[in-house]
Formats: sequence, C-alpha cells, structure tokens
Amino acid sequence: MPMHDNMGARCGAVWVIAEQTDGRIRTGSLQLVGHARKLANQLGTCLEVVLLGGNLVGVIQPLFAAGADRVYLGNDPDLALYQPEIYTEMVVKLATEQEPEIMLVGSTSMGRELAPLVAARLQTGLTAHCIDLVLDENGILEQRVPAYGGLVSITCPDRRPQMATVARGVFPMPQLDEDSTGEVVPLDVPDEVPGRVQTLEVIREEPEGVPLEIASVIVAGGAGAGDLDGWCKIADLAKVLNAALGSTRPAVDEGWIGLETMIGQSGKVVSPELYIGVGLSGEMQHMVGITGAKVMVAINSDAKSPVFEQVDYGVVDDCRKFVPVLVEKIKEHRERALSRSSRSHGPTSI
Amino acid sequence: MLRIAVCVKAVPDPKEATRIKIDPVTRTLLRRDVPLVTNHLDRNAVEAAVQLKEELDAHVAVISMGPPPAETIVRECLALGADEGILLCDQAFGGADAFATAYSLAKGIEKMGGFDLVLCGMASSDSGTEWVGPKIGALLGIPVVTAVREIVERDGRSWKVKASLENGYRLVRVRLPALLTVTRELNTPRALSFSGIVSARKKEITEWGINDLGVQEEAVGLRGSPTITANLTIMNGKDSKRAVEMITGTREEAAERLVEKLAAAGML
Repeated sequence: MPMHDNMGARCGAVWVIAEQTDGRIRTGSLQLVGHARKLANQLGTCLEVVLLGGNLVGVIQPLFAAGADRVYLGNDPDLALYQPEIYTEMVVKLATEQEPEIMLVGSTSMGRELAPLVAARLQTGLTAHCIDLVLDENGILEQRVPAYGGLVSITCPDRRPQMATVARGVFPMPQLDEDSTGEVVPLDVPDEVPGRVQTLEVIREEPEGVPLEIASVIVAGGAGAGDLDGWCKIADLAKVLNAALGSTRPAVDEGWIGLETMIGQSGKVVSPELYIGVGLSGEMQHMVGITGAKVMVAINSDAKSPVFEQVDYGVVDDCRKFVPVLVEKIKEHRERALSRSSRSHGPTSI
Repeated sequence: MLRIAVCVKAVPDPKEATRIKIDPVTRTLLRRDVPLVTNHLDRNAVEAAVQLKEELDAHVAVISMGPPPAETIVRECLALGADEGILLCDQAFGGADAFATAYSLAKGIEKMGGFDLVLCGMASSDSGTEWVGPKIGALLGIPVVTAVREIVERDGRSWKVKASLENGYRLVRVRLPALLTVTRELNTPRALSFSGIVSARKKEITEWGINDLGVQEEAVGLRGSPTITANLTIMNGKDSKRAVEMITGTREEAAERLVEKLAAAGML
C-alpha cells in the first residue's frame, strides 16, 4: 500500500492519463493537461502524461504544447483499441515505479472504467467526475464535486496517488505553445497479460436528431414530467423548436430517455443559444453542464425552486399543463410570421 | 451450474432525493426520512441474473451492504427471483467510500464461495460514482466490463458483450469468471408478483458482520476509506450574470408572453 509521508518526502509528479481518437489528442485531455500544469507549478513538481495507443507517431506534440514535461508513450498495435487488462497493467506498473502524487483521468467511457481498475489495484482513493481541483495550504488536492445542493470537497490525505476523474469541459483550453518540447519515455507492452477480456471492435453510432453538443436550442426535462406521458409533452416542445432533447439524472433513472441525453457533471457539456429547462430544479449536477447559453428559461411548479436563480425567464406552472399550451403558441407565432412574410414577399398583383 | 452474485444497493428514492439537503448550521445531511429503494440500475442486474437462471442451470445470490432497513431491498430481490440473500450489516461498515465498500463486498463474495459471474448496476443514483463494480472485480482479480448493454453471445465460458461508449459501443469478449456492470438498455426489469413475494418469505437472508467476514475494523467503513469528505458547502447556484424575469398571468397569457420574449431575443 503506497503510504504518503508528509514529512520531508519529495513530491511525486502530477500525472494525466491522456486519450486520443483517430490520431488526435482529445480536447478534454489537453484541457486537463492545462489545469494539471498549474497544479504541478504550485507543487514545484513535473507534469507527466501517459498516452497509450496504436499509431501515435506525430500525435503527441500538443501534449507538450499544453504544458507536459514528459510523456510516457505506449505505442503498439496491441494498444490501438482500449484493452482494459493491458492498459490497467501498464498504468499500475508505471505508477508503482514512479509514485506520482496526483493522477487525473477524464470522465470518458474509457476513463470511467480504467480509473477504478487502477485505483483499486493501487489501493488508493478515487473521486468521481470532479468539477474543480485545487490545492489546499498543505498541498493536498481538494477534489470538488456537487452533491445535495452544495459542493463537497473530497481529499485523499494518506495514500498516493491522489486520483480523480474530471467532468468534461470544466477547465478551459490552455494556451498552446507550439515550440514546446519535452522528454518521451517509451513504454513496453507487457507480454504476461492473461487475455481474459478483449476489446474486439469499437463501433460508432450516430444519434438520431440534433446532437446535444452542437445544438443551438436545447429543451431539457427532469423529474417534474411526472410520467412518460408528461415526458412526451416535453419531447413535443423540443420537436416544435427543432431542439435537441436533454435530460437530468432522475429522468434517465425513470427510464423516460437514454443516458446519452443526460446533461451535467456525469453527462454532456452543452452551450446552446437557447436553453429551456422543464420540470427540473436546477441542481448543480445538471447546471454545470450548461455553459455560455445566451438565453435560459425555466418552467417549474415550485416558485422557490433554485432553478429560477439561474435563468433569464421563469414560469411557475405545472409543466405538464403549461408545455402543451406553449407548443400551440409557438405554432401560432410561426404561422403568423409565415403569413406576414408571404404577404411582404408574395407576388404583387398587377 | 452457473453461480451468479448480484450486488445491490439501497438508495434514497430518487423521486424524493432532492429533498435531501445540507443543513446550513450543522453542515450534515438532512435525510428527511426519504424512503430506501433498490437502486434502479441494480434492478437491471437482478433481472439479467434471473433471466439467465430461467435459461440455464444457475444459482442467483444477492448481496448488499447497508443498515438494517436495507434488508427490505434484499427481500425484494428474492421476490424477483433470486435464490439467496446476504446483507453485510455492521456499525463498522458505516461511512465507507467506494474503495472500502468494494473491499467489503469482495470479501462477502469470497465468503459466499466461488462465482462465475458478478453483476452490478453501472452506477448508483445517490453517489453516482460507477466505482464499486469495477473495484470489486479488481479486488477479486477477475476481468471487468463496465456499461454492458447487451449480451450478444454465450459460448460456454467465453461471452461476447456490447459495452456502451459516449458515441457507440465496444464489442468485448470476456472469459468467466467475470464482473459486468450493466446499463438500463440491457433489459426491462419485471414487476414484483404476488407469488414471488410469498415465496420470498420462505427464503433466507444471511447477515454478516466484520467477524463473519474475517476482516479488520481498520480495513472497512470510514477507517478503511482512502478518501475523506470535507467542507460541505452550500451553493445557492445563483448565476450572478442573470436576473430572472418571471412571466406571470394565466397559463395562456404566460405562454403568449414567453413566446414574445423568445421571439424578441431572436430565438424563434
């Protein structure tokens, strides 16, 4: 069990487990490297990145540009797809040798599986889907997550590394210094992996309708829909606005809609022009997923709901009754606008 | 015979969970007697196990760690078709983080005897970390696949499954014994039946504490947890850049006015 000695121990490095897709470092990994650079500076230690993949020639420069001092590079055809056994083995072995102080992983599909496998093997703590990471006065990492209408700081004071997965889009893209370089340390692929679990293929699926990430209008629904019938009314509103339909955790838990539509800390990060939150209470777990919306609207039956402190326009009403009326009014507005434009642009009579 | 262990968690009913808040004075959680239910995704795990039992020669054991009231959800899983229930219940288990929880459950599963398959819901609705399942697998030293949405093929002990990704899925081959965490897409959990409830009354629920598991008090609960939760701070979530304008009037009027506002902002 790696125990941390606060007295006189040389501080290990800050690590980021980076990811790449189709030969490009993921944006989320670069954002994480940018923030990790600041943490490493404050601790007076190095920033090291671990990158595993199949064809990584010419891929890693952005990691140095974002602030990495050193990249541990596993570049091998066997690593082309995420392979849980080999990836876990390589990260655990390297971490056992190098004893990093902090290990950060993106809250991606891969990160969310790899991080707990690594943390359990290293017998250390792991905080989920952090929205902020700061160092306290003793250099201990405060890992911040929203919970129960508040913000909770989680620390791992005695064991190393301090591990966290980080929600998407919470740190800005760092200034990239194209001239930066650093050390590349090649990693060997272990040959004694048992091969009990194997990723055979990765299949991409395009979601139907407007993808949330690029939608200019988003209608998001929550527990206030009450039942599937109420949820369908919210879906109607999305349809009439040609909006992407998003959700909160309770709506997903109720089975009204799939997990891929969840917005927030453990879901997607969106930045629409118009956001309409229907039957949801504005919990931080959801609201952190909405960045830079121009106009925000909330419809909720509880006048005291915290959601009304986070939007531009609010309507206090039962969403199941209000939303169908709103849909009709939007249709009427469209028809009026259409008839006006056909009058002004229509053929002039002789 | 295929031996299946399903890990289940009693969570505050998500429908009422927003009532749980942080006490502004004591900084502790105000639970407000929110009832405990079986974590939603764990019901998909139980359903998967019961479906396998209907098809194969299988034995399904359900294991949970929680306070005495958690027995009701173990009983519910027995009524849904599980054969055996285990509740890890001891003051010493209290305050456990994901690591200490996974450690205790892994010890419980080891004590129950050899398993071919361990199933867990992908995440819990209350803490939502997704960590306990994969950590149990890592501690038991068996392969893990998270976010399984379909079992495509079973060829003896070599299974092929689809695991959900952000934008698609992974096709994964896994050899038993293994631990899978499952998503909602895997199946539709059955409803409780009267005959199930009646037969569950005859089934046994075994309670184990730390002495039964043979674990040290320092290795479980709060003391066995690498992480510490501190600084519960209250965030009002107020967005200082926005000042809300409440749209009032009758339902018709409010809808009409909201449309006007959105049109004026160029949003329609």
